[in-house]
Amino acid sequence: MEHLTLLIGVVIVTALVFDFTNGFHDTANAMATTISTGALKPKTAVAMSAVLNLVGAFLSVEVAKTISGGIIDEGSGIKPEVIFAGLVGAIVWNLLTWLAGLPSSSSHALFGGLIGATLVSVGWSGIHADAIVMKVLIPAIAAPLVAGIAAAAATRLTYRLGKNRRSEDTAKGYRAGQIASGALVSLAHGTNDAQKTMGVITLALITGGVVAPNSDPPMWVIVSAAVAIALGTYLGGWRIIRTMGKGLTDIKPPQGFAAQTSSATVILASSHLGFALSTTQVCSGSIMGAGVGKKGGVVHWSTASRMVAAWGLTLPAAGLVAGAAAFLAGQGDWGVVVVAVLGIAACAAIWAASRRNAVDHTNVNEVEGDADAAVDPVTIPAPAAAPSGTSATSRATA
Amino acid sequence: MSIEWAALGEVFGVSLVVTVGIVGVFTLGIVGTARRTAPAGEGDGESVAPTGAARAGATVCFAACAAAVAYGIYLIVA
Repeated sequence: MEHLTLLIGVVIVTALVFDFTNGFHDTANAMATTISTGALKPKTAVAMSAVLNLVGAFLSVEVAKTISGGIIDEGSGIKPEVIFAGLVGAIVWNLLTWLAGLPSSSSHALFGGLIGATLVSVGWSGIHADAIVMKVLIPAIAAPLVAGIAAAAATRLTYRLGKNRRSEDTAKGYRAGQIASGALVSLAHGTNDAQKTMGVITLALITGGVVAPNSDPPMWVIVSAAVAIALGTYLGGWRIIRTMGKGLTDIKPPQGFAAQTSSATVILASSHLGFALSTTQVCSGSIMGAGVGKKGGVVHWSTASRMVAAWGLTLPAAGLVAGAAAFLAGQGDWGVVVVAVLGIAACAAIWAASRRNAVDHTNVNEVEGDADAAVDPVTIPAPAAAPSGTSATSRATA
Repeated sequence: MSIEWAALGEVFGVSLVVTVGIVGVFTLGIVGTARRTAPAGEGDGESVAPTGAARAGATVCFAACAAAVAYGIYLIVA
């Protein structure tokens, strides 16, 4: 047992920061449609999601144990600097996509960061290209399609079965169902994503010789990762919630329920069968499917295509930032310091930029469409109400 | 490198069947408990309260969905 070095400490803090961004980036997955259909008040929704993420993080350590061996070859001389650089890349990309209000995969950001940093400092031998294709790329394409098709079919079915019922009579039931399935997504998110951070911290501890190889994450790692993701979730990535809840399509309670159920099912089925997939992509796919599945439903394809573009960019972009960070950090202690300073500066700049058109729990449901459009929190542009109004009438006549 | 088509297909099949199944059953539960509106043209917005049998059927539907959620939690924990 060696002592915890300063560098390992920095890696742990960075990993927890990533975990935090992961939490607020992904609140939208479980709660965006729950909030937009009014099933739960925004603050209640994020609080519930936070608690379930916290609980979920304690439920199992299976994912944490597979993260290191799967994609990165931990025997190839990965050093704490490399993990640090990977995390910085992941955090920067997560914040940039949050600023743009785009739901992109936090897991892909993490994998991209780690892969990029490993490539620069170790080379191709350090990564398992097969595992990347099978465990990351294929699920990335398949998961949103599967979730979308299932949600579309379920939406069609639920509208057909319920066609003799008035929407005001059924909305309450659908909302209750939505809360249950949203809760399941939150719980699954906690077990999956908090554990990825636990896995990274454990990997750092192993590379630093603090714990023995192949050991389970120590209790303090589990607790701190769980708390970090829960805090991030509670803070709520309102920009992304707005995009997913209002920007992709106008979600009604039956659609929200169908989408959430599809997401929960796909996430559970695939993680049970050993695919690590992106919760974000599954949930976005479901929401679009629910939009397509409803007669007269509208999917805002321009927002959707920007989102898909962000998905494609996530892996290489996080990898690029991490690669540059790894190059700098590899120059010695001063390099690590430079990376840390640049990383903090980037985060601060992104946060400052976000203040110019803040989105929070008060205006999360008020605008749809282009998340980049400058939004004055006080006066909401009048045209914003029009699309929801027209689709509401089309529903009434359908 | 081999692509595990069988596993992918399994995820697809299971997801589709389970999603549509749960949403269908839950919708039946909602339909069973909600007031039935008269078909368009007959009566002006009149609606009929659900019968006892419909309510009982709906309870069974909701119980089935609750069981599915419990199984989901079991999958997460296990």
